[in-house]
Order: sequence, then structure tokens, then C-alpha cells
Amino acid sequence: MSIPTNLKYSKSHEWVKPEADGTVTVGITHHAQELLGDMVFIELPEVGKTLKQKEECAVAESVKAAADVYSPISGEVIAVNSPLADEPGKINEDAYSSWLFKMKPSNPAEIDALLDAAAYTALVESEDH
Amino acid sequence: MLKMTPLNQTHRDMNAKMVDFGGWDMPLHYGSQLDEHHKVRQDAGMFDVSHMLPVDIKGDNVRDFLRRLVANNVDKLTLPGKALYSCMLTPQGGIIDDLIIYFLSETWFRIVVNAGTADKDVAWMMKQRDALAPNLEITPRRDLAMVAVQGPNARAKVWQVITGSQPATEELKLFQSAVVDSYFIARTGYTGEDGFEIILPASDAPAFWKALHAVGVAPAGLGARDTLRLEAGMNLYGQDMDETKNPLESGLAWTVDLKSERDFIGKQALLDTNVTQQLVGLVLIDRGVLRGHQQVVGEQGGVEYTGEITSGGFSPTMNQSIALARVPTQIASNDEVSVVVRDKKLRAKVVKYPFVRNGKVMV
Repeated sequence: MSIPTNLKYSKSHEWVKPEADGTVTVGITHHAQELLGDMVFIELPEVGKTLKQKEECAVAESVKAAADVYSPISGEVIAVNSPLADEPGKINEDAYSSWLFKMKPSNPAEIDALLDAAAYTALVESEDH
Repeated sequence: MLKMTPLNQTHRDMNAKMVDFGGWDMPLHYGSQLDEHHKVRQDAGMFDVSHMLPVDIKGDNVRDFLRRLVANNVDKLTLPGKALYSCMLTPQGGIIDDLIIYFLSETWFRIVVNAGTADKDVAWMMKQRDALAPNLEITPRRDLAMVAVQGPNARAKVWQVITGSQPATEELKLFQSAVVDSYFIARTGYTGEDGFEIILPASDAPAFWKALHAVGVAPAGLGARDTLRLEAGMNLYGQDMDETKNPLESGLAWTVDLKSERDFIGKQALLDTNVTQQLVGLVLIDRGVLRGHQQVVGEQGGVEYTGEITSGGFSPTMNQSIALARVPTQIASNDEVSVVVRDKKLRAKVVKYPFVRNGKVMV
């Protein structure tokens, strides 16, 4: 599956979508769900929580293992995708439409410093070898 | 260099996700572990279990040797083809391995042992043989492959594929086997469903696998095998038990014969032991997933206790998390315990396993 070029990526396999209003939407990548296998449980952060970049903020569990989700940037959680918690398998179907939470960034410069699609593709390829 | 079964290339041709499983290159799944799990519960799936090792023991009085070697009583094996599940113990009562013994004749028994313990098992058997019955011949059969076909429709699918197998095997009860040409067919398994485990020449395995696939048997990987056996409440060696644990604290007292006069290796240690731990089933009440090594905590009569999950995971059939846990013997069914999951304590209910048998939830 191709890696969307309109998103930014963290080294820990979260995707970040910068929205027009300055907020961002966060999920885990197709590569991450592929490594984990069938998803069976998602624990989302609380709305209103302030996160630091790289802080553990959610848990994605598959049939195989539990994986921490790290906040790709610093900011405040302004919304979570609650319906996803009832259907974690949606992440396996389409990781890039199955968002976990939305944030209001406290330091927008962190977004620019994230990986772009080309750099993230290179990261995934290096991990595959 | 990873060890490969005769079906390695066949798995790759079917787009299996391969993993290192105790030194063996094995299929984890062929796309979706959940789909494979449901296929076995509802229809028929097949597993390559050729990493496990059949060991043939031949000669005069094999039975006498096995009376000493294993904890269950091989005198229960009266009909040729009959199988028996047993532990093989250290003199201290620790579990060297759990295995299935097939009685073929008084001069030929076949024992199927786990992959990870195969080398030490064979070495132990040979050491005991040298001391007790040097005339016996012990032969590891790496020339054979093993395929488990499991599910409510598994037997019928096998009958479609192996000519002449239906009349020879349809009357078999659980834990009985028959030989049909070069196929050794046993009504056993590790899923809690009906089905066969079939031992056959390694060179025939790829064609057999493809023939089963052609009649609608779904390939299933180690991932589904683990969730199926956990739902079925079957122990996994190395997780739920090992040499530091005895069968009495591993939910396997039913496999140990302490009543007969027979003296087996480990018997005295078991008679002397004070059993303080037991294996119980847990069903998670809160949301989350139980995993191996998580701590179980609680309080009873003002005394705090701890235990540990030995195997845990998500039950696809029950759509919630279940586990096997080793806890103090005073914990009883329907008790509520807490399990430490990351920074939280989640509530779980103690149950008698199996959780699922023949497609039905039992707890």
C-alpha cells in the first residue's frame, strides 16, 4: 500500500494530518497495523489531556501484542475517535481513515520536523531489511 | 539458520507471514489470524505441525519402559491405535514435556513431542532407555510431516482427500488412530474442535496440503493455533508449565496416575509435594487484553495474594479477553481478581476452563 503524501509521520509509526484550522489528526500507519496483525483493543487518551511529544498516550492491541502509541507532537487532545474502540479491526481495513485522536498543537514547528512520505517510506524499507 | 518443515515453500506460496518460532521458520498467519480462528471453529482449517517430532520406540516390552518413563498410566492403552496424553517428569516432578503416546503394538509405541523440547526429550528417553531397557530402539522421525486438520467439517474433508480413509476412520473415537496406506490418522487435536492429526511421509506433505486446500480447508497459522488452544483450555509447554512446575499445579492432575502401584519417574516427589498453586481460567470483566506474565492480585480473608497469568489473549469466539493464570489454591471459581495491566488494575472473573469446546462457549 502506498504511503499518503499529504500526511506527516513519526519514527514510531504514527501518522499526522495537518488540518486547515491548525489542528492535527493522528492515527497509526498501515505499516504499524501490518506488524501488529488483527487489532482487538484500542485505548484512547482523554479529551483535554495535554501531551508532550513522544509521550505514551494510547494503546493499540492486536491478537499478537500490545503496542504503545506515542504522541507525535506536543499539544492538547481535543477529540477522540470513540467508535473506533468498538471496532478496532477498522484500523486493519484502512489505517489512514481510522484516526485515533485530534490535537491542538502547542508548538507547530514540531509538525514540520516530522518525516514526510518519502522519508517515512525509506524508514519502513530499512526496517523490512 | 532457521529449521524448515517440508511445507515451508508451500506456506510462502500461500503468502504466509513467517516467523521464527523457537528456531523454526513457521507461518504465523496467511492474512488474518481472526479469520483463520473462526474458520476452524465453524468449518475446517489446517495447521502444519511438522516441527513437532514423532519418536518411535520399538522392541520387546516397550510398555514396561513407558510405565516408568511417563506420569500417566500406559496400561490404559489396551486397543491398538489408542492414544494417551501424559507428562514426562524429572525425578523432582518437574515437567520435561507434555506428549501424546500412541499404542500401535506391544513392540511399537509412537510418542509425539513438542518442537522446542524435542532434543532434550529424545536425550532423556535414551538415557532412561540405556539404564532400564537397553534393547529398545528409539528413533526420532524427522522423515515424517504432520498436519492437523481441525473443525466441525475437518473429518469429512480429510475423507474426500485420502482415498479409503472414511471406512477406516469414521468409527474412531477421540484419542484413537488408524493407519491408512502411508497416512497415520489420529482423532486428536489442539483446538477444542473435532478433527484429525495426520502423520505422513515428508515428501507427500505439499501435495496433501494442496489437496486439502482444494476441498476448502483453510490454512491456519500459529497465531490462530494459540488462540484456539487457549479457548480450549489446553496448556502450552514453556508458558503454562516447564521443568520448574509439576503437573499438580499446572491443571494436569487428571493426567497423573498416583493410585496404581506403578513407580514412575517423579512419582515420589509428587507424593511428597504440598500443592499450594493451581491453574485457573480468567475472563476479563473490564476492557483490555490479558497477556502472559501480568500479575494477578487480590485479597482473601484479610490476606493478600499474588499470582501470574501464564497465557493470555483475546478470545475471538467470546469477543473478550481470557487467560490461564497460576494462583493460590484457595482461589475458587466465580471469585473476582485484579490483574495489573500497565498502570491499571482490571477486574477478572475466575472460571473453570475450557472456555470454548466444539464451537460453544462453556463459561
